[in-house]
Amino acid sequence: MAIVQPASVEDLASGLKQVGYLPGESTALVSFLATKLGKPVLVEGPAGVGKTELAKALARLLGRSLVRLQCYEGLDEAKALYEWNYRKQLLRIQTESETSGWSEVQDDIFGEEFLLARPLMTAIASPEPVVLLVDEIDKTDQEFEAMLLELLSDFQISIPELGRIEARTQPVVLLTSNNTRELTEALKRRCLYLWLDYPGLEHELEIVRLHSPELDDRVARKLVEVIHRVRELDLKKPPSIAESIDWARTLVLLGASDIDKATFNQTMSVILKHRTDLDTVAARVGVMLDPAANAA
Amino acid sequence: MPPSGFAGQLLSFAEELRQEGLAVGTSEILDAVEVLDHISWPDQRDFKEALAATLAKSPEDRRVFELVFERFFFRATEAEAARRQITEDVSGSDSAGEINIDTLRAQIAAALADGSEAAMRDLARLAIAAFGQGQGSGVLGVDVQRIRRALGLRAEPQPEFPEDDPRRHGTPREQLRRFEQHLRRELERAMIERTASLPPKRPLGDLDRALPSGPIQDLAAVHRVVAQLKRRLATEGHEARGRRRHAHVDVRRTMRASLETGGVPITLKYRAQRPRRPEIFVLCDVSTSVTSASTFFLSVLHALHDAFRKLRSFVFIERISEVTEVFERERDFRAASEAISRDAGVADISGYTDYGRVWEEFLTLIEDELHPRATVIVLGDARTNGRPPRDEVFAAITGRAGRTFWLNPEPRLYWNYGDSVIAAYEKHCVAFECWRTDQLEDFVKVLSRER
Repeated sequence: MAIVQPASVEDLASGLKQVGYLPGESTALVSFLATKLGKPVLVEGPAGVGKTELAKALARLLGRSLVRLQCYEGLDEAKALYEWNYRKQLLRIQTESETSGWSEVQDDIFGEEFLLARPLMTAIASPEPVVLLVDEIDKTDQEFEAMLLELLSDFQISIPELGRIEARTQPVVLLTSNNTRELTEALKRRCLYLWLDYPGLEHELEIVRLHSPELDDRVARKLVEVIHRVRELDLKKPPSIAESIDWARTLVLLGASDIDKATFNQTMSVILKHRTDLDTVAARVGVMLDPAANAA
Repeated sequence: MPPSGFAGQLLSFAEELRQEGLAVGTSEILDAVEVLDHISWPDQRDFKEALAATLAKSPEDRRVFELVFERFFFRATEAEAARRQITEDVSGSDSAGEINIDTLRAQIAAALADGSEAAMRDLARLAIAAFGQGQGSGVLGVDVQRIRRALGLRAEPQPEFPEDDPRRHGTPREQLRRFEQHLRRELERAMIERTASLPPKRPLGDLDRALPSGPIQDLAAVHRVVAQLKRRLATEGHEARGRRRHAHVDVRRTMRASLETGGVPITLKYRAQRPRRPEIFVLCDVSTSVTSASTFFLSVLHALHDAFRKLRSFVFIERISEVTEVFERERDFRAASEAISRDAGVADISGYTDYGRVWEEFLTLIEDELHPRATVIVLGDARTNGRPPRDEVFAAITGRAGRTFWLNPEPRLYWNYGDSVIAAYEKHCVAFECWRTDQLEDFVKVLSRER
């Protein structure tokens, strides 16, 4: 059921829905453009709105494998692009040092055989087209960003000893960022931009229903309403979609038929990850769920 | 001569975006053209999203993009309509007298409660037909407010209305703002039709990015900026860690590493750069002229509490009072400003700011705790109401503290006019104008930067 090349935005949107991802309007459009134009997409938004999930869903939909590069501070070329397998090189030199001359060995040990491909190189050299996910690009430093530029605009990698390696197939590239630091203009210039925000009430309700269809409709609606109210508070870590889904699953497991004050207090820790947040929410939202307060 | 045709329109649209401060390069424009190849144009939503994906590449840019998009295509449509002399069927205005004004009021209130966009637009036209004819003042903002009042729409609860009327509990501010936008747009359209020419283009004011200076302003937008600021600051130090310029060699770790190479220090290890976590004293003017800006600023600082080692805040009008605890208790901006006005006790007799007295009180209060690594931040408009500025006492404070910053919530244009004496203080400190969110962000960056 994989769609190799979606024909229209609607086509892609319904496809994504079938693989378990409900895209917003702009999400479907930008993903469609990415498959059409072969340009990388920079996806930004708060944590837990489905940035990484989008890449996975796209990979499922297009029937491609997903190559993922998780970024972190101090990530460098050797871990992201390629590395020379120096142990193998040493062995080669030792076994041949008696018989052959220097120049022969030198030519020999810098061949593709001795190259260890890291995620970016894997994505480019793969004979089948892939989906490349560069996750949390904002965690790396600017030097790394600069290194990505060649890859993103021309889909090629220059290796000093070997020359240029060009992409055999065009990958769909997604870069995600939590917007903790401003990315360079040069990087942004090469990408399409997609801002993913918390979804609207109805949209989130659909997502929750998709992921836990066992949950009672009335409870699901109340759950989403409560989540939206909680997000309006000034919290250290507002609950994301992932947390809504977790909460829905928890309620299904508990067999809850309504979200009242008692249930809320018991399960609150599923959606809140800071002690101070728990206090704030208990004080502001817990009270509203009290049946006595509603009747008054 | 301006370029014509579709490409020309797109170029002038990009040009307008540039004027509002977006970095739109030629490659972006090429992308935009390419993207438009692949989508269906009649759908305005797709068209807009496609352009946004290629031209606006940050949440802030996106906000500006929305505004410019609205303005640009509204004006383009109206200009074309005026050129071809297309006017609307005016039969609607003949029946204006027959509109039942009470029904209309109720209908509009109901539409606002539902939040139905299309209904709101239609009703805005009806409202203009009912209340706006013949007595337009010519100033759009005034007309909008007059019609809103005539409809009895208010954000505050109005108990005089019957039980089932949605206006009884007050109209949500957000809906009210949207309805006002519709009113403004329809009034503008009508005016263009009457005069058959476009009014001069209004650049997006700095107001769209301004800090809240009154309680009515939309705080949600500002809070979003602050949330982002928090995240940036939390990671600020990490970013600097990668840089090797002016790095100090960590001798201990270098020697430890040299053991691998038989005692020869081949790889140098550097000391990590740590973000500056200054000790901060904040003084905020909370007299009526600057209250909102300064309480807002204080709450921002306290939201950033993790980024600073120690933070003590004071508010003053005629006298000074410490409010550090209030902010530790109340993280919400509104609640904090209420608490301050309730129990800070800073207005003595006249309620006018007395900077001279404040400096003296501050100095006696805190003299022993000021040291060269402390930072003092003053937020105020430096309007002394004719009282002596006592800048020599201020100089004594700045002399003891390591750094002193002055944030003035007034635009630089108004400095030193009237009773503003910022020039006297500026000699002893670094003064910033701080009335937009980006200025606030710049300042916080300066604050946490390594000296």
